[in-house]
Amino acid sequence: MTNELIAITILWGFVFIYSIMATMDFGAGFWSMIYINRKKTRATNIANRYLSPTWEVTNTFIVALVVAVYSLFPKAAYTLGTILLVPGSMILLLLAVRSAFLVFSNIATEYKKPLTYVSGITGILIPGLLISVLPVAHGAFIEYEGGHPSLNLQKLFTSPNEYAFIGFAISSTLFLSSLLLADYSKTSNEMEAYKVYLRDCRILGPISLLMAFAIMLTLRAETPWLYTRMMDDLPLLFVSLGFFLIGGISLFLPSFSNKEERGMPRIAVIAVTIQYFIASYVYGKAHLPYMVYPNVTIQSGFTDPNSFMAVFITYIAGFAILFPGFIYFWRLFMHDKKYLRQKSS
Amino acid sequence: MDNLLIARSLFGTTMAFHIIFATIGVGLPLMILTAELLYQKTKDLDYVVMAKRWTKTFAVLLGVGIPTGTIAGVQLSLLWPGFMEVIGRVMPLPFQIEIYAFFIEALFMSIYVYAAERIAPWMRVISLTLVALGALASAVLITNVHAFQGTPAGFRYENGKFLDINPWEAFFNPSFFVTAGHVALSAYVVGAFVVASVAAFKMMRNKYGSRVYLFHQKALMVSLVLGGIFSFLTAINGHESAQYLHEYQPEKLAAAEGLFETQSHAPLAIGGITDRETQTIKGAIEIPWLLSFLAGNSFDTVVVGLNDFPEELWPPLFIHTLFNAMVGIGSLLILISLVGIVWKKFMKKDRFPKWFLWVLVASGPLAVIAIECGWIFACTGRQPWVIYRVLATADSVTSATNLGVLFLLFFSVYALLGITVVAVLLYFFRKNTELDDIQKAEKGA
Ligand code: HDD
Ligand code: HEM
Ligand code: HEM
Repeated sequence: MTNELIAITILWGFVFIYSIMATMDFGAGFWSMIYINRKKTRATNIANRYLSPTWEVTNTFIVALVVAVYSLFPKAAYTLGTILLVPGSMILLLLAVRSAFLVFSNIATEYKKPLTYVSGITGILIPGLLISVLPVAHGAFIEYEGGHPSLNLQKLFTSPNEYAFIGFAISSTLFLSSLLLADYSKTSNEMEAYKVYLRDCRILGPISLLMAFAIMLTLRAETPWLYTRMMDDLPLLFVSLGFFLIGGISLFLPSFSNKEERGMPRIAVIAVTIQYFIASYVYGKAHLPYMVYPNVTIQSGFTDPNSFMAVFITYIAGFAILFPGFIYFWRLFMHDKKYLRQKSS
Repeated sequence: MDNLLIARSLFGTTMAFHIIFATIGVGLPLMILTAELLYQKTKDLDYVVMAKRWTKTFAVLLGVGIPTGTIAGVQLSLLWPGFMEVIGRVMPLPFQIEIYAFFIEALFMSIYVYAAERIAPWMRVISLTLVALGALASAVLITNVHAFQGTPAGFRYENGKFLDINPWEAFFNPSFFVTAGHVALSAYVVGAFVVASVAAFKMMRNKYGSRVYLFHQKALMVSLVLGGIFSFLTAINGHESAQYLHEYQPEKLAAAEGLFETQSHAPLAIGGITDRETQTIKGAIEIPWLLSFLAGNSFDTVVVGLNDFPEELWPPLFIHTLFNAMVGIGSLLILISLVGIVWKKFMKKDRFPKWFLWVLVASGPLAVIAIECGWIFACTGRQPWVIYRVLATADSVTSATNLGVLFLLFFSVYALLGITVVAVLLYFFRKNTELDDIQKAEKGA
């Protein structure tokens, strides 16, 4: 592999990890708002139990992602920084309000409801804007004046493709997070909450799938170069669809451990994650070598080789150091029965 | 206003807001750690209560510090794409390593707060130490980028091209250690005096000798001792920072001191307003020869004046005032902690006079003002360069227009967050009084 390919793979890895974690994070915030009045099912508690310790860690991934872009592909960062000023600022503003109010809602208990509403609603808008980076990078909305790129916002926000992406981001955020929360509540023995989240994912799964089709359809009309390249990997797209179906079916089959209960959320989580992995691989592969079509490629955007080596080494050293920390964290909050099955809070 | 000016104001506002939470976020963990350790030593439950209440404060402040930091990090690319392109190419390491510091802080902060009852006491202390180290490392690393802006190294710059790039040499640029040391030490100053402010205020509000009064008196003494040590170290190190300016950015030092003519035996001007027309400082107190001595440890040191540089490369002259304010506050803080400690520990007086408590109340906000002055001095004093003598600020700004609306939006969100965070803290500590916490701790023990 060339250095450029290694670098873009690292970047893609960050995007993938962040999108799963962010989905979980923003989705959990939204569900904790939706079920705030239904004390009995404890669905809100489950969402909060996941959310409270994890949002900071998730947020760090978005910073890591931005830093990875400018240290691996500084030239691409120049173009992206210039064209994303408005959507990027919108994301930042929403993110600031969302994170702060999330923390406040856990502290000012008497005002929990209004504070949770603010953080839930601002949070669910963020994935829609985040994903807009993709259609923007497809190049059709970028204009060049005297060599300076700029984003035509009007063209962006009247494009069906953009709305298909937004719809997909929001529906799949809700789908994946309800799936993960279903699994989390089952592990925590909260069967009432489990039923609620199971129902939600049964509804949202098909909607996400429809949105994915909508993306492909609008892509064919608006960004044919990308569409045809993705279609070159049609077999992989079918494999991806197959995993989605496995995930869907496993939500209806009886559970292994308890024949009375329906659904095997753990299998669904794994199958759907694999599905996303394959689909985003196909998308990413079709996108290469362009980072911003057609002017910035991974070769033209790439950093200095000396800097790349140095950064690459810090990645390896950093992850070696952090790995035990992540494991410890995971054991304490995802795996510890005492934490998961607590009755208070 | 032109685009460049709005971009500068917008970024400056973001930084000025973030820095309040970030600096306290570096300083407070050290205070919490000190309280935890004092408890291990004395078994006095008051220290546990302090650690607990400061942790709560810290967790709330993180709720603003983290998103505003995220804004700062992303805004660098959005507003200064030309700058970040160079940084990405030459100086990516501090940002990269900083990510690990953020992760350590975030992971162990959550563990310390949400898993406190499930982990062993020694693990609590380790988690807290890692939080404090993570915060310190974030500050040191981000400051390294700022140090690089003033003393760039690790590349050759010819005909607009960056050649022979050595990212580690860039990382260990000449002013890294001095600057990072100054930021770290001054953050501990802020952490200590913010605590001192609150404690002094609460002492005035409670009856002399009551349980709550004594609780806050303990907190005050801890912060005066730490604050005294760190403000002394900050001043020493600040002196060294000034010597670095003398060596590496002479026009910045000249503007900071309002010195126009190059000379040996240069005087130090304190206070006053620099006047461009008459090339004097109006209303300043001048101490002969001192500037030469401060800059190079000898009275014959030749200090370069502004007139040796073309006027369009002069930094703005008001940085003289910012510099004075920072140094003035720094000296005052040393004095305050000395007076407090001598009064209590050596003269064995049992209560502070009221006026002194008021001075203590002011000390926290003053420390924050010193930080703000120091940063605005350092960043604005670098103008017109974003990377000293390599890249002009005007050449690195975004080509996008209409930043005005964004400026208003960001400003409103900072105002909203600033007001709510204060309201939430006040609400929380009014509901959960010191007395409740003390009684809870005593029952639990
Ligand atoms: C509590 C805060 C605080 C206090 C009491 C002081 N400083 Fe400071 N100073 C800072 C907080 C700060 C800062 C905000 O952290 C800065 C901004 C940039 C930097 O590196 O540190 C800074 C910058 C800064 C610089 C500029 C560095 C540059 O432009 O690259 C100099 C020369 C000094 N300081 C010198 C001093 C001296 C002689 C002090 C004597 C008491 C002093 N500072 C007290
Ligand atoms: C944290 C406290 C900080 C404050 C209050 C602060 C303040 C400011 C202000 C007021 C400006 C506008 C200067 C002008 O145009 O006159 C500015 C510019 C800038 N600062 Fe800082 N700054 C801080 C820290 C940093 C750090 C740590 C970095 C390094 C990453 C940094 C990098 C920049 C850059 C890139 C600009 C824009 C270009 C320029 O004006 O030179 N700042 N800052
Ligand atoms: C010297 C001034 C600065 C100091 C001392 C500082 C320190 C910190 C600290 C301690 C945190 C952790 C949150 C907290 O405790 O409140 C933080 C968060 C953050 N800071 Fe700053 N910072 C400074 C300037 C900057 C600048 C210039 C940037 C932009 C490049 C930046 C980017 C960030 C980011 C992205 C976060 C959020 C990290 C996360 O998501 O976990 N900071 N900063």
